[in-house]
Amino acid sequence: MLSLTVNGDSYRAHPGSIAEFVMSLELDPKKVAVEHNGEIAPRSQLAEIALSDGDNLEIVHFVGGG
Amino acid sequence: MTTQSNDSWSVAGQTFTSRLIVGTGKYKDFEENAAALEASGAEMITVAVRRVNVTDPKAPMLTDYIDPKKYTYLPNTAGCFTADDAIRTLRLAREAGGWDLVKLEVLGEARTLYPNMVETIRATEVLAKEGFKPMVYCVDDPIAAQQLEDAGAVAVMPLGAPIGSGLGIQNQVTIRLIVEGAKVPVLVDAGVGTASDAAVGMELGCDGILMNTAIAEAKEPVRMARAMKLAVEAGREAYLAGRMGRRKYADPSSPLAGLI
Repeated sequence: MLSLTVNGDSYRAHPGSIAEFVMSLELDPKKVAVEHNGEIAPRSQLAEIALSDGDNLEIVHFVGGG
Repeated sequence: MTTQSNDSWSVAGQTFTSRLIVGTGKYKDFEENAAALEASGAEMITVAVRRVNVTDPKAPMLTDYIDPKKYTYLPNTAGCFTADDAIRTLRLAREAGGWDLVKLEVLGEARTLYPNMVETIRATEVLAKEGFKPMVYCVDDPIAAQQLEDAGAVAVMPLGAPIGSGLGIQNQVTIRLIVEGAKVPVLVDAGVGTASDAAVGMELGCDGILMNTAIAEAKEPVRMARAMKLAVEAGREAYLAGRMGRRKYADPSSPLAGLI
C-alpha cells in the first residue's frame, strides 16, 4: 500500500494510476482537476501517471462562488 | 430603430447578448440558484474552485444543476491573497474546465476585500503569458486599469463598492474615467445592491455588471434576478440613447404659447 496526502488528509492506496485512485474515491475524473506534487496532472494523462509512496494530491472541482 | 437584439458585447473573442454576469455563491440551494440564473438571462456565471469533499463523493455538484455547455463558466480566484495562489487556482480551473477565460482577483485584506494591485498585475502578466484570458477585478483607478490592460487583461472589472456590501456604485466619476480610457470591456464587479445600482453602472457606459450577493441575498432571489436583467437592459438603452442635459432650473414641458 502507498501512503498519500489527499486534500490535506492521509490516505492509503493500492499502487496504480491517478485515474484509478480518483475512481476508487467514487469521483468522476472528468469532473475534477488534480494537482500532483504541486504540478497540474493533465486530464489526458491521469490514466498514465503512476502514484508513488508519499505523493501529495489536490483534487478540486467547481463550486458556487461570486 | 436600434433594437436590443443588435446590442452585444465580446470578450476574448466570445460574444454575449446578456450584459449581466452572475455569481453562484450564497444561494439556499442549487435549485434556487438555477432558477435565479434562468430569470437573470445571464450567459456567463462565476464559479469558485475548491477541494472535492472526498468523504462525500456523491454530494450534488454545481455542474449537475447548471450545465457548463449551456453557460460560460468563469472560474474565479476568490479567497486568494497572493499572485501565486491565484495562478495555481486558475491552472487547476483550466484543467477542470478546459477553457482559458477566467476571473482573476487577488485580495489585499479580509476586512475590505480590496484587491492587491501589485499582486494582481503580476498575476495578470503570468496568466496572459500562459495563454489565459483573464478578466480582472481591480480598484477604480484609471491608471491601474491601463496597467492591467497592458499586462494582458481581456476585461477590467473595477469595484463599485466593497464585495458583498450592496452599497451601490460609490465611484461614478472614476468608473466613467476607466470606461473612457479602456480598449477592453469594463464591467462593474461588486457593490451593486439593487436594480437601480445596476442601471447606474450601465448608464456610465460599462459593458456589463457582475453581481452575486444582490440577487442571492434578496428576499426573493428569482424576482431580483429578473429585476437585475431589466435594470441592466434599461441602463444600457439609456446609455445608448444619450441622456438629456442637466439644467439648474425648471424648464416647462408644455408650450407657453396659447395659455388661456
